[in-house]
Amino acid sequence: MSSSNYTALDYFELDELLSEEHKIIRSSIREWVNKSVKPIIEDYAQRAKFPLHLFKEMGELGAFGPYLPEQYGCAGLDQMAYGLIMQELERGDSGIRSAASVQSSLVMYPIYTFGSEEQRQHYLPRLAKGELIGCFGLTEPNHGSNPGGMETRLRDAGDHVILNGAKMWITNSAIADIAVVWAKDEQGIIRGLIVEKGMKGFTAPETHGKWSLRASITGELVFDEVKVPKANLLPNIKGLKGPMMCLNSARYGIAWGAVGAALDCYDAALRYSLERKQFNKPLAAFQLQQKKLAEAATEITKAQLMAWRLGMLRNDDKATPGQISMAKRNNVAMALNVAHETRQILGAMGITGDFPMMRHMMNLESVITYEGTHDIHLLITGNDLTGISAFV
Amino acid sequence: MKILVLIGNVPDTTTKIKFNADNTAIDASGVQWIINPWDELALTRAIELKEAHGAAIEKIVVANVGRSETEATLRKALAVGADEAIRIDADPLDALYVATQLAAVAADYDLILAGIENADYNGTAVGGMLAELLNRKSVSAVSGIDLEGDLLKISREIDGGAQQLSMSLPLLAVVQKGIAKEPRIPAMRGIMMARKKPLNVIAAADAEALTAFEYFELPPAKAACKMVEEDQAASLIRILHEEAKVL
Repeated sequence: MSSSNYTALDYFELDELLSEEHKIIRSSIREWVNKSVKPIIEDYAQRAKFPLHLFKEMGELGAFGPYLPEQYGCAGLDQMAYGLIMQELERGDSGIRSAASVQSSLVMYPIYTFGSEEQRQHYLPRLAKGELIGCFGLTEPNHGSNPGGMETRLRDAGDHVILNGAKMWITNSAIADIAVVWAKDEQGIIRGLIVEKGMKGFTAPETHGKWSLRASITGELVFDEVKVPKANLLPNIKGLKGPMMCLNSARYGIAWGAVGAALDCYDAALRYSLERKQFNKPLAAFQLQQKKLAEAATEITKAQLMAWRLGMLRNDDKATPGQISMAKRNNVAMALNVAHETRQILGAMGITGDFPMMRHMMNLESVITYEGTHDIHLLITGNDLTGISAFV
Repeated sequence: MKILVLIGNVPDTTTKIKFNADNTAIDASGVQWIINPWDELALTRAIELKEAHGAAIEKIVVANVGRSETEATLRKALAVGADEAIRIDADPLDALYVATQLAAVAADYDLILAGIENADYNGTAVGGMLAELLNRKSVSAVSGIDLEGDLLKISREIDGGAQQLSMSLPLLAVVQKGIAKEPRIPAMRGIMMARKKPLNVIAAADAEALTAFEYFELPPAKAACKMVEEDQAASLIRILHEEAKVL
């Protein structure tokens, strides 16, 4: 039974582009967000706590690695399904979507794509159920937009490697059971490896004092002479291509997720503007408010189309990094702008936690920076368009 | 034991209902369709029984009378945990028509569960009519049902208390709130597995509807709310007396 007044904008009848199965997937996650996320998320965000119990619930729901095969405990769905799941989760909160993005695209995806069969069987079913929490270590204190410059190193020590270095801005770090970490070997080649909580010399301190993604855990990963068995190296990838493929998957999900955050803001603002009266008429009757609503609806509709088309391309394995960057960049900026404009419709009420705009707006400041900054994505698309890399 | 759960395809309960041009049916455009909430509870209870009693329950089948656009609702029922679905390809014209269609497929089931009412046109008669057509005993307003050996332990809400019954199969139970815990949200694996579960489409039996809707009307729009300041009690009484005419 539906327990929410939420109405998703579908101005161009994009639902006709989805299969019945996609709609069931979307309504499942939407229902779960209404029941389990919406009633509590504001309180967790205010207290800067991650609602850890939701992790297990997302696992039971099948929100982790939904596009990976059934034999590893996943649902074997397509990329459109993954996108819709991300959209609905982020309607709840970017922090919840971030937890699911990381688990799916940055932990399960590389273990499935680059891992050995033993690694897949050992980790994926428990990650899918949410029994294990994963995180992804690429960004470093001195290397954000330039991950290829990473300083984290591993050296050969017989049946294991020794890992030294530090990673920063890591979602789920302090609660993660495993970390997929990227480090350079003695030849300077980037390798991926699975580091487990409890390995001697591995710590994961939490980053406090954030004004963004407050209902999500962010922290560091610190490796001080950590002995990692060689069996934990991801055997089937070498070089920066590995983490970049992970990021492509995650960025694709963010392109959808941002639409969810924008839809939530738009819906709240539309309903408020029809109920709240000033000068004896609803706010929605004023031209300046209609402008805000019409512009938000226009931008959301464009973003929906972009996300949908990118999903089709992903399904055909044709989406380029440049296209993914374009969609992630456009849709996150769109959502941030929609959050900002719709908050103004609510006047002073818009700054309170009774409405979702400020929380989404603050969250989206992270989303517009992580997984490739707003600026860097232009250079990825620019490289694609011109054939010239502007990074070096 | 085989369980049949009757599934109504109804507009989401938050839908703003509009009618067609001559006000004889709900305007389906833009409507999100869901499993009738009482039927969803019946299905949830069937799944709970299967989980609790394992092999004693051979399968759970869901059935509805509707056109192909209602299949999404049946797929959701399969995703939640039903084993098979039956769609009888006809418009659900009225209660007797629907019950007659269902009677053609329902005889083999030991336990039939029907929701106490339908959230669309507020119909309540299909369950009872189906029991009559099958010449099978039925019990209404069931708020608890469990299996004990070959018997069903049933509780009903009655005026001022509860009634406990022990019933043998076959049986049709018309169920209401309280029958199950919260409806379940289909998990992604369930949705994927539902693809492979049978959804059998059956041609409609020869039957006639005995009733037809003449027209519907929406409730009158709420009148504007008049606010009276807290220290103006005399004014409030005057308004209630002279304008609202309730005093």
